[in-house]
Amino acid sequence: MATGTAQKIEQLPIQNSSDVVAVRQRVRAWATELKFSLVEQTKIVTAASELARNTLEHGGGGLLELARVSNGTRQGIRLRFIDQGPGIADISLALQDGYSTGKGMGLGLGGSKRLMNEFNIEPTPGTGTTVTAIRWK
Amino acid sequence: MDRIPILRMGAFLLVTIQVDMHDQLALTLQDDLTNRITEVGAKGVLIDISSLEIVDSFIGRTLANIASMARVLDAETVVVGMQPAVAITLVELGMSLPGIRTALNVESGMNFLRETLVNNEEYDGDGDSTED
Repeated sequence: MATGTAQKIEQLPIQNSSDVVAVRQRVRAWATELKFSLVEQTKIVTAASELARNTLEHGGGGLLELARVSNGTRQGIRLRFIDQGPGIADISLALQDGYSTGKGMGLGLGGSKRLMNEFNIEPTPGTGTTVTAIRWK
Repeated sequence: MDRIPILRMGAFLLVTIQVDMHDQLALTLQDDLTNRITEVGAKGVLIDISSLEIVDSFIGRTLANIASMARVLDAETVVVGMQPAVAITLVELGMSLPGIRTALNVESGMNFLRETLVNNEEYDGDGDSTED
């Protein structure tokens, strides 16, 4: 998914559950700065929280690359979660509500996909997984 | 270690979540609340989440677990004050919090708990307010 041109980039580590809280706060700050509505901000931050936890629990930690993207006249926020974990064997299964290999409810991936406009999982077996999600204004 | 304070008011336990909870803090609250219900024989638990800017699936599940555990221990749980943006997001995320009783604010949440007590004919009506 190469939609949009990245303009401003920030990287945040995701190594423990305090980092997940820090991710929420930085994503909130970015979404506010980009003037998303309160409901949109809440959706973006919630998706970020789900995906950050996913990176931590299934990917064994990793990082979030936050970017401001534009596509013509549209502005958006791009969240890219990168881990070096075992990868996701069956992406369509992982996106199904209720499917979980961990201790969660199985809503993380499918739920955050619904909260964002664009969503992509790139498996790179052996080296990890990259989840990219964009919300346009 | 961080802890979310639990206040006791008569037969009820009151919790106001005012911080952005990391997962361990949510689990600690779940354990603490379950223990306090047993210790004091609480009949109701009110959880005020009006300061929470997001409820993700983990926090949602923790709230559902608290309500289930409380019910097993003969206490009702009511979650109050959810922000509209949080409610919209939760439903879209796929969580409708089944099994959790909600109320718009603390006052109607307390009314619900009191009515439940009266209906159970166990209300002693002393109205003591004890903070600890």
